[in-house]
Amino acid sequence: MKRERQIPTTDHRSPITRANSTDEFAPGASQWPAGLSRREFLRLSSATLALAGLGACTKQPLEKIVPYVEQPEVVIPGKPLRFATATQYDGFGQGLLVTGYEGRPTKIEGNPTHPASLGATSVWAQADVLDLYDPDRAQTVTTGGGIKTLDDFWNALNLALESVKPAAGATLRILTEAISSPTLLAQLADVMQKFPAARWCIWDPLNRDNLNANEWLCDFSKAKVVVALESDFLYAHPYALRYVRDFSNARRIIDAEGARMSRFYAAEPTPTITGSNADHRIAVAARDILPLAQAIATRAGLTELDGLKPSSSSDGKIHHPWQDWIEAVVRDLKANRGASVIITGETQPLEVHALVSQINTKLGNNGVTISPVPPLALPANRIGFRELVDEMRGGAVELLIVLGGNPRYDAAADFDFAAAFEKVKLRVHHSVYFNETSRHSHWHIPALHFLESWSDTRAFDGSVSIAQPLIEPMYAGTSAHEVLEALTGQSPRTSYEIVHTRWQTENPVPDFEAKWRRALSDGIVRELAAPSFPNHGESPALAASASLPAERERTEMQGSKLELLFRPDVSVRDGRYANNGWLQELPRQFSKLVWDNAALISPQLAKREELENGDIVDVTFRDRTIQAPVWIQPGQAENSVTMPLGYGREVAGRVGRNVGFNAYALRTADAFWFGDGLTIRKNGARHSFVGTQQHHDVHGPRGILHDGTFEEFVSNPHFAQEKENHPSIDETLYNPTEYPYKGYKWGMVVDLNVCIGCHACTIACQAENNIPVVGKQQVAMHREMHWIRVDTYYSGAADDPEFTHQPVPCMHCENAPCELVCPVGATVHDDEGLNLQVYNRCVGTRYCSNNCPYKVRRFNFLECNNGLSPTEKLVKNPDVTVRSRGVMEKCTYCIQRINAARITAELEKRTIGDGDIVPACAQVCPVEAIVFGNMNDTRSRVAHLKRSPLNYWMLGELNTRPRTTYFAKLRNRSSDL
Amino acid sequence: MSAPNQSPLTSHESPSYSPLGYPTNLLAPGQTYETVNKTIAEIPLSRAPMSWRFGFFVAFLLLMMFLVAITWLFAKGVGIWGVNIPVAWGFAIVNFVWWVGIAHAGTFISAILLLLFQHWRTAINRFTEAMTLFAVACAGSMPLLHLGRPWVFYWLFPYPDTMGVWPQFRSPLVWDVFAVGTYFTISLLFWYLGLVPDLATVRDRAKKLWQKKVYGFFALGWRNSASHWQRHQVAYLLLAGLATPLVLSVHSVVSLDFSVAIVPGWHSTIFPPYFVAGAIYSGFAMSLNIVIPVRKIYHLEHLITERYLNNMANIMLATGLIVAYGYFIEAFMAFYSGDIFERYMMMNRAFGPYGWVFWTLMVFNVLVPQTLWSARIRRNTVALFIVALFINAGMWIERFVIVVTSLTRDFTPSAWHMYSPTKWDWMTLFGSVGLFLTLQFLFIRLVPMISISETRELVAEPDKATIK
Repeated sequence: MKRERQIPTTDHRSPITRANSTDEFAPGASQWPAGLSRREFLRLSSATLALAGLGACTKQPLEKIVPYVEQPEVVIPGKPLRFATATQYDGFGQGLLVTGYEGRPTKIEGNPTHPASLGATSVWAQADVLDLYDPDRAQTVTTGGGIKTLDDFWNALNLALESVKPAAGATLRILTEAISSPTLLAQLADVMQKFPAARWCIWDPLNRDNLNANEWLCDFSKAKVVVALESDFLYAHPYALRYVRDFSNARRIIDAEGARMSRFYAAEPTPTITGSNADHRIAVAARDILPLAQAIATRAGLTELDGLKPSSSSDGKIHHPWQDWIEAVVRDLKANRGASVIITGETQPLEVHALVSQINTKLGNNGVTISPVPPLALPANRIGFRELVDEMRGGAVELLIVLGGNPRYDAAADFDFAAAFEKVKLRVHHSVYFNETSRHSHWHIPALHFLESWSDTRAFDGSVSIAQPLIEPMYAGTSAHEVLEALTGQSPRTSYEIVHTRWQTENPVPDFEAKWRRALSDGIVRELAAPSFPNHGESPALAASASLPAERERTEMQGSKLELLFRPDVSVRDGRYANNGWLQELPRQFSKLVWDNAALISPQLAKREELENGDIVDVTFRDRTIQAPVWIQPGQAENSVTMPLGYGREVAGRVGRNVGFNAYALRTADAFWFGDGLTIRKNGARHSFVGTQQHHDVHGPRGILHDGTFEEFVSNPHFAQEKENHPSIDETLYNPTEYPYKGYKWGMVVDLNVCIGCHACTIACQAENNIPVVGKQQVAMHREMHWIRVDTYYSGAADDPEFTHQPVPCMHCENAPCELVCPVGATVHDDEGLNLQVYNRCVGTRYCSNNCPYKVRRFNFLECNNGLSPTEKLVKNPDVTVRSRGVMEKCTYCIQRINAARITAELEKRTIGDGDIVPACAQVCPVEAIVFGNMNDTRSRVAHLKRSPLNYWMLGELNTRPRTTYFAKLRNRSSDL
Repeated sequence: MSAPNQSPLTSHESPSYSPLGYPTNLLAPGQTYETVNKTIAEIPLSRAPMSWRFGFFVAFLLLMMFLVAITWLFAKGVGIWGVNIPVAWGFAIVNFVWWVGIAHAGTFISAILLLLFQHWRTAINRFTEAMTLFAVACAGSMPLLHLGRPWVFYWLFPYPDTMGVWPQFRSPLVWDVFAVGTYFTISLLFWYLGLVPDLATVRDRAKKLWQKKVYGFFALGWRNSASHWQRHQVAYLLLAGLATPLVLSVHSVVSLDFSVAIVPGWHSTIFPPYFVAGAIYSGFAMSLNIVIPVRKIYHLEHLITERYLNNMANIMLATGLIVAYGYFIEAFMAFYSGDIFERYMMMNRAFGPYGWVFWTLMVFNVLVPQTLWSARIRRNTVALFIVALFINAGMWIERFVIVVTSLTRDFTPSAWHMYSPTKWDWMTLFGSVGLFLTLQFLFIRLVPMISISETRELVAEPDKATIK
């Protein structure tokens, strides 16, 4: 039967707008306007008809990979297609593989062939697909609150350009986010060429300006010793996904034979994912990192000849509180010359970076474990942000085009960007969301989401990818490429044409199209040269961190003076993800708070100032004061107060508006990442925080976590299993051999030893399994819906704890306590060992949850899926049931993926092979800590892992016989500490 | 209107006591068939006193609150309550167990005491049987409200389903359905069977035609013939025999909801006997809470004499001691087992964030009832009423401690979370009390609340009515 297909219309209005517009005609259209004669009316209508006919003659441009009108051969309704694309985080590219159903992207995965992804993604990449369908996205061009068309904007822009043209663009300024797209940079170079007097500027609140030329590419797979001086290279680094894979591979242990494990030291002021995975972690104020680095440098043999400035603390006399730690670090570094990495983060000043580079060189790491990052060439005529703001304040800027970002919200407070911004005659803001900057701009142009637009991007290591769209633009937006194209005054072209032409011009080879297509399908460009441009510019002076603290302050320990740290939030980054419900409800890594940011303080400081969790304090810093609620964070440096950025958004959409407090209000250029001179005063008010985990202590030997040292493991590999006490299999009222598991026998292993606790599994599961967002109030009642949670337990002293992260999905017990108690048999066992939840049969007694010792079951206490906007419905995975109110749900081991693999295998007349099924959590995991497979297949990875001496059952003594098992956590302790 | 004539020979003026201080008479002296008939059967036939009207009004208001609460519940879902994960069972289950417990006194009095030839059941069995029915009705509504999808409640019944799906018989919740269902059926039959001769008495005394017709319809043509009586007595005894095991089984089954689960604080073999004792304990407390005011309002002191109250208090004291023993053994076993989870559960129960609830329970259920050792308290209706109130509240708290405190902290500390009820939880609790009281008031108004025929038996055979 021939299938009729609806031809896509060109209605760019949102489905909501369309649905709401019950009136087909504009208001007043039915009234006969005064002064319109019959003759006039006929003339106008005939002209309208004629023009409409002419308009219909326009030929639609041919763009491959756009949604189809006639069904292409490859598209089978109901079968997902995956396309490689790429996007950027803080200006660095990351390769992605996006799954779409009939042209509707629903799930983002990492691209295994991309070096900065290796198949994994960050939490942000997982959440990006929700942003695409966010009904709060900017949908139309607006000016002064009124809705306009794109053409109106182009006309206005051309008029403005006419006026700046005579002075060669001396009053034109372009402000961008951190960008690395070769095409966009080449276009920018063209604009700079056309307007030689124009200037451009990059502003990124999370910039890496401190590193300057000290950006290194580290190879953690070769490092036997790793020292991190305040660097979150496992989580918040542009190359984190690659780093964390290499790092974990050097620490992964399966068998005792030939076991190797690198040793990791970390010093940091506030707990990060990186520090929490250290074998020896010390909590050090950010300002004390420099003296610490100097002490290490001195002991590592760096002398003044190597350019090290002498300082009072590096004179050889040991008076550090962390003396033992330093000694141990130096001993290990010296013993592993050429096999170590010292790394420091973008939050530390240039001096620390220079010093760390020198130590690495001295230790012979240069060229072995670290290598220089290929520099990114930027177009000329770039100015610093401070300079730009000064020009704006002086009235020298008439036309300011802000491409992306939100400087009015996130610029350093002492720049007073808001006032300077008002002085610009014509302000244009181009961004995906209508934000604080948009509100104060004359024009706001909706940007296309990266899944809607063509572009290209460059990763941290210099590899380039082309970003292709997965869906037609949902709203009347445009891309940055098109905006820059308009500035050069060329005839309007689509992003596809712009990007494609640039690449074609750069690569005048006969088989360009084949190579282009290969680059698209691989997700990484290997055979083509990226668009380039002549006339590279020198980078301007440090954009923000203009003045460094005085010499004395930098090199001496600062005692009990308080220090303020500004850090990107682990969920909303610099604030750009504030309107993303998945990220807002993703528990923050240690506090497990949701829907909030908190001023993190140390337990010692809390005791000194008599503060409790949720006490609101007046935080005064550089004469600015804000109110912030405090959260006591074990492992926080005693005198450091951490302020996560990205909250307190005023113009952010329904989800993100007024969540948390805005720490940017205190952030100044001279204390960009940290600074002294902070006072806090309890003001008596309280804030109610909501978190998903309230007990971080395992309360005795409960058989939940097993950990030990590497040495212990080497001397007795079965140390963890010996602590286990498994009842015999026939200790049950029922037939113990009821299920022989003759066919497939699914199982999972979670390797706690390499799990870093990044929570990517939680959000990947949320995206894959249609898990709803329930909101702060419902989480306060402990009704969050995540099928896999990441528990973090602290051990040791509160001021210097050790951290263990434990992802907990359903255990799929063979003796499942939940199955026995369900009165209607809604949770049942299958012959492959899956513990199934039959939503249709569930009546909601919740007995199963009570009887689950792991508490992994989630209940729909209320209806969570009513009232979704038409676009929000599009993000749902069509292979997974959307659950209604009153039913229990839980991890299914991604049964939809199991069944997809089963169907494929049956069609191909074979059994399901190892690796055919990858659950969403395992797929996203950057350290491959989660492995799923058939335990009956002795050659499968999971069967191999289950034979490891580290493998243990969580709460095994309950005789649940869980299919999800864990690897005991090992710490590679130095013998000196 | 006419309140029943007060007999000049009410017992409380000249009670007689055994040497140990027990009241000896079940019936005040001077009762005849006619005084008994008149006192009891006139109540449903005449206008209700003001106190009844006021009480019914209050109960009805509470019932309306119940309707509001469950309407909103059905509209929104169980999320309006305070239940969460890990505490997936909240007030609804606490209320369920509490009401089922209260329901136990009726059958205990009617069936077990009947089989044991305890004549002090005579004046209170009708009350307590009615109380049983109404309490089971309240209890039965709770699991239904508790369901996430109440509209498919019937999936718990074994009915021929086109899909061939059956309930899961390993689940104690299915056993509950049978246990509570059977209990309700037997209790209803037992109650109604005992009522038939009395309905005939009311029919015979009725003046208005519609009263004659209605009571006549329900009297099933009872003509007081010897063959009627013979069959009635056989059926009554048979039903009593059937009901007796139920007294022990129903709450045992309910307790298995907890015992079968692996939750520390639930997984305990002592639960069945300890729950049954607790059930009878609370059942007698609730009976006293109802009998004492009704006896006063309707001036029934000559029929429901102090001896009844005294005996009920004695039963409460005995079952209360069993319950206290249960508390002690639970704590002892937690430590004796050496199990880390059980030990932590016990420490948490007594000294955790809900510790105050536990100690309140100890005061209400263990300490306060010790006053019943005193004969003066047992004979003082006001004091007895207050002690019974404490026990009722205490038994509710006991179920809260078992259900909620155990769930808040079980095996995995990362999932531990407190429970706090919402206003809808409280409205459901007090609303169900409204349902119970409304039905109780209607019962008092419409049906002879004391067994006329059995009381007449006591008049005929005064030996049974006194301790020698």
